[in-house]
Amino acid sequence: MPLLGREGDIAAARRLNRAPSPLLARALPWVVVMAGSVLQTLPLIASAPVMPPMGFLFLLAWRQLHPGLLPVWAGLPLGLFDDLYSGQPLGSAMLLWSVAMVGLELLEQRFPWRSYLIDWLVAAGVIASYLVLASTFAQVTVSGEYVTVLAPQLVLSILLFPMAERFIALCDRWRLRPFRTVG
Amino acid sequence: MAPPNARRTGFSKRAQYGTFFGYIAALAGAGIGAFVLVVSLLNPQAFAGLRGAAADAAAPAGRLAAAGRSGTQSIAADAWGYFTRGTRVAAMERELEVARVQRAENQAVADENRRLKALLGLADADLRPVAFARLINSTASSPRRYATLSAGRHQGVTVGMPVRSPTGVIGRVLEVADSTSRVLLITDPESLLPVMRGRDGVPAFAQGLGDGTLQLKLINLGLNPLKPGDVFVTSGSGGLYGPGMAVAVVVSLTRDGAIARVLSDPTQSAFVAVYPPYAVAAQMPAALVPVAEPALPAKPKPKPKAKPAAKPAAKGAG
Repeated sequence: MPLLGREGDIAAARRLNRAPSPLLARALPWVVVMAGSVLQTLPLIASAPVMPPMGFLFLLAWRQLHPGLLPVWAGLPLGLFDDLYSGQPLGSAMLLWSVAMVGLELLEQRFPWRSYLIDWLVAAGVIASYLVLASTFAQVTVSGEYVTVLAPQLVLSILLFPMAERFIALCDRWRLRPFRTVG
Repeated sequence: MAPPNARRTGFSKRAQYGTFFGYIAALAGAGIGAFVLVVSLLNPQAFAGLRGAAADAAAPAGRLAAAGRSGTQSIAADAWGYFTRGTRVAAMERELEVARVQRAENQAVADENRRLKALLGLADADLRPVAFARLINSTASSPRRYATLSAGRHQGVTVGMPVRSPTGVIGRVLEVADSTSRVLLITDPESLLPVMRGRDGVPAFAQGLGDGTLQLKLINLGLNPLKPGDVFVTSGSGGLYGPGMAVAVVVSLTRDGAIARVLSDPTQSAFVAVYPPYAVAAQMPAALVPVAEPALPAKPKPKPKAKPAAKPAAKGAG
């Protein structure tokens, strides 16, 4: 997988007289994560937390599939956007997403050799701690009873993560599609 | 596969500084997030304007999704109804027979009620909805239960107004933006609703459990008189919700109350109605206990204190 950094892969995807749009190539990861944050609110008027946190799953998927594409500090602006829609107290995702980005960076430094399974396990751990901490910030007491509310969402999120990765991989291919005519 | 090491920046000063400041920015971001979180935990309404603007911006997508939502649900209901039609039609015809008779009787009771109220000089509250709107999205991935309503300041919605569907109470307006408003659903863990048993007025509080059910806490402790199947309606205490709106039905008993299932599933209500606060509509605004209270979801505590004074009135109204 040639990862050439933020500028390099745009140049690498050039064809004879076709080039990818630099705007799309740079903006798409941000837009997709933000779309995830809005989408998680739309499908149903839920009476229990059932939807996986789509914005966070997409952020993790971008981070796992294409490290370095979203900068380390991306958690702050994207988290702010997510907080505006997610119903969490503002700042919850700003903090947790930032911490997750830094944490994954450190983890990658410590264990550079990975496999798909390890990536999924890491994501599962991050998602689990995210959901528990987010519940705490929402001032919901995480008691024995609350496990019955949290567990379905947690299991669903972990099982859906590979699909989120698939979708992000598709977006990543679209991102560098050379459709712009040059010269 | 080992990912390429982006931290190894070589001799380029620019790349070195870029990586370094990236880390600084990320850590600062976590700090800013923590600060904002503390502010919004101390004052839940602190960023209401920002949230309102965001909700207004996403409202078109929400309206579209809401229209699609009711569409797909009715398709599923139609398909299912096709298979179960025969038995259900027969059952419904039997129920209809009974309901017709009961309706005539209820009419007579309502007439009598009106006459007696006129005799006592009690004014009926003029409860006309302020607005009809759709619930366009909800916080489906958070443990808090908010929904966004497609009506806001321009439609006359203000903070504290109760929201209901034809089948019962949905919640109350918490924050208002220009064309949308945020509703605290009654299933939210911070929502506390004064209710009574529809049959005999046994008073209780209904607190959301966050999973679509309510915890009913009886006010008069002692023998638990509840039974599965009991229907609870709003008692009207506190002056926010009018008395007699359907809330929930008991499904199982606990030591000091019961677990109840909410009657009005917000997912199934295509349209909901926003009403003025009951005390205002009944021209008794002073009865609306703490005026600022509905705006603060984090502090449901003042309500129990207001309870004993309001209880007899609630019983009379029911």
